[in-house]
Amino acid sequence: MSRLIKHHLFWPGFALVALVVLNTVVRPRFIEISVQHGALYGAPIDILRNSAPMMLVALGMTLVIATRGIDLSVGAVMAVSGAVALTIIDGSDSPGSVGTVLVAIAVGVGVSLILGVWNGFLVSVLKIQPIIATLVLMMAGRGVALLVTGGFITTVTSDPLKYVASGHLLGLPFALFIWVAAVVVVSLVERRTALGVLTEAVGINPEASRLAGVRATGIILGTYVLSGGLAGMAGIIYSSNIMAADANAAGELIELYAILAVVLGGTSLAGGKFSIAGTVIGVLIIQTLQSTILFLGVSSAQSPVFFAAVVVVVVLIQAPAVHRAARQFLQRRSTHVPDITRGTEVAR
Amino acid sequence: MSTSTTEPTKPQERGTDAVVQMRGVTIRFPGVLALDRVDFTLRPGEVHALMGENGAGKSTLIKALTGVYSIDSGTITVSGTERVFTSTADAQAAGISTVYQEINLCPNLSVGENVMLGHEPHGLRGIDWRATHRTAAEHLSSLGLDLDTQTILSSHSIAVQQLVAISRAMVLDARVLILDEPTSSLDRDEVEQLFTVIRGLRDRGVAILFVSHFLDQIYEISDRITVLRNGTLVGEYAIGDLPRGELVTQMIGRELDELEAISVSAERPIDRTVAPVIKAEGVGRKGVLEPADLDVFPGEIVGIAGLLGSGRTELVRLLCGADRPDTGTLSVHGKITKLTTPRHALERRIAFSSENRRAEGIVADLTVAENIMLGIQARRGWLRKVRKQEQDAVVEEYIKALGVRPADPNRKVGELSGGNQQKVLLGRWLATAPELLILDEPTRGIDVGAKADIQRKVAELAEQGLAVIFISSELEEVLRLAQRVAVMRDRRQIGILESSAVDVDGVIDYMATIGEGSVA
Repeated sequence: MSRLIKHHLFWPGFALVALVVLNTVVRPRFIEISVQHGALYGAPIDILRNSAPMMLVALGMTLVIATRGIDLSVGAVMAVSGAVALTIIDGSDSPGSVGTVLVAIAVGVGVSLILGVWNGFLVSVLKIQPIIATLVLMMAGRGVALLVTGGFITTVTSDPLKYVASGHLLGLPFALFIWVAAVVVVSLVERRTALGVLTEAVGINPEASRLAGVRATGIILGTYVLSGGLAGMAGIIYSSNIMAADANAAGELIELYAILAVVLGGTSLAGGKFSIAGTVIGVLIIQTLQSTILFLGVSSAQSPVFFAAVVVVVVLIQAPAVHRAARQFLQRRSTHVPDITRGTEVAR
Repeated sequence: MSTSTTEPTKPQERGTDAVVQMRGVTIRFPGVLALDRVDFTLRPGEVHALMGENGAGKSTLIKALTGVYSIDSGTITVSGTERVFTSTADAQAAGISTVYQEINLCPNLSVGENVMLGHEPHGLRGIDWRATHRTAAEHLSSLGLDLDTQTILSSHSIAVQQLVAISRAMVLDARVLILDEPTSSLDRDEVEQLFTVIRGLRDRGVAILFVSHFLDQIYEISDRITVLRNGTLVGEYAIGDLPRGELVTQMIGRELDELEAISVSAERPIDRTVAPVIKAEGVGRKGVLEPADLDVFPGEIVGIAGLLGSGRTELVRLLCGADRPDTGTLSVHGKITKLTTPRHALERRIAFSSENRRAEGIVADLTVAENIMLGIQARRGWLRKVRKQEQDAVVEEYIKALGVRPADPNRKVGELSGGNQQKVLLGRWLATAPELLILDEPTRGIDVGAKADIQRKVAELAEQGLAVIFISSELEEVLRLAQRVAVMRDRRQIGILESSAVDVDGVIDYMATIGEGSVA
């Protein structure tokens, strides 16, 4: 039991389960999943589907944070990616053809990768502080997106594009497959190769890593490129969801939610050790919480406060200081009534 | 609080006027008994050395005394009152101040602000800055320091910063001053200055707890020694009652002739007809190091002697791609080569172990195994991960060969003692199969046992053909290991000596006098 509690995913997992239980207790319908036209529907399915953009962004953010960096430009990159892709579809003769949509997605994501290279160049080669380096693109990116769309919200009608966010595959939302694939591929690359441990080494001690021969510049550049590419794909999913490129609303504040998800998942902002599984749970906590707000009918005026209150609780139950205080409280009680709590404490 | 005596207490008196009395102090960590019923007494007006190997419990005892750890049993009595410290603030309020090796002041504030932080005199309109700086200057000058209190702390040397930290302790009205490895990054003059300050404080009745790995300094400054081993008290001695050899024996619990045995290997003949592993001709860097020459042959250990800041670290950093030279040429195995990055040097089989173990050596949050594998893995690149079996074999080999304790490859390296971290680093560099190993202060701040282990391993590897450059502040160590010694002063190489032809005093004379008055 104590081994379980000590696992780094225990408290994030606990918070997620607690949220689901809370919802289910308040309205048992929350957990219901129904089958309509061969596809699954229900609140949990919606959460998994709607998580896609934040999941992709947070995945990239996890690695950027592991290198002691931060990427504030992800929301802006989403806007650029969506604007580029939808402008291509809008200008095409056959907006409904799969080929057009694939080209548009490839170009949108490609542009995002280039923006990632730009961020990575500023941070790893020019050694500009990540928060400043990515702030540049955070502010300029939406301007670029507006230029691309000519200042309008570009709307398109294209079934293949609509499929990205709203379609189903094997009864499950297609967007779910996108983020699961991204998480699996990135996890495998990080852990099956030495990239993960080298990334952590660079994040924990850059100078020691350099002297050990680690190519820190390449590793750091790579994480920003990945972050850019994943944000680009998130931008495509966002645009597909509303079938429009909205340069101002796309990915608004998503950088902050993504950072929150990474931290909730147990990766330290100080860099170093990272947990992709933790980030997945972190995103699901945030997404579930947002559904909870809708589900419980919290008014829009109260929802930010409700959101913040729950986040504070989730952060607190993970804080080592709170754990210590709780242990001391239990110990003090156990000095009056000797019980097993004291025993496990010493055995630990 | 009782008043302190101004007269230094004579070591013979086992008085009850102790300012700190620890009785039966026990501290338990998961799986270890860090301190086992330890008694410790600190009297006013004495310099009390706390000795023991890494892991003996010195740091734990200090942390108990400064309120960082709470004790599981036993008592701590300060100035006659029993205290329970739950925080460092409690300890400070009781008059116990600590100056750590890594100075915990605010580097970006002025000297005066640092000295007075939290105790600034207030006027009608908030802090009276003029009085703050005046009081700070008074405190500093009472320690014999003449500093402009408006200057930024980080613009001063570590030695001065340390003295500022001590002044700060005096502002807090400390009756007990704990100095944890205060001299490890000071040169001789700075140590002298520090000792003058320490003696002054002692004469004012401050009780000083002094921790250092330098035996010379212990015998120079201390009145009394307490020895710990494996978390238990070995004994408390007046300095005159405990000869050096006996102290070392008490600390490690076994006779230590091993260090002497190592010197035999230094007398081996070296074949200097082959191409040197590395040959530096006129290698220098503007403002950092005057052009220097150095060559190292297979199987040879070349020592570098010189004070801190003499250019010894600067020289080796130019030989291993850590910094780039702007003059001179480097040849590796007779071929002229430019080494632009450490990676490049590692590819040429040149490994460099920095003197700065924490900042430039270990990756604290990674495991022992990951730290050992880092060099190999970096060279292979991220795509070709070292297979699990191969990794286990390499890691096990080096943990065993170097005697890393605990011998757990999955332990975070940051949790190991300094000596064991150094062994892990040595393992990392040896795993890259180097032909030249550059060790900058590999034995600084580590215990005698680990020191012997490392020296023995280096001598053994050299006998097998490894070329080594060995830097150390301890000249005995350099002379014991090396066949030749390059002597540095004022960022300049002043000569290369055959180590069989000189002794420690000879090297010191050479460092001090040769080349005096020539172009600096």
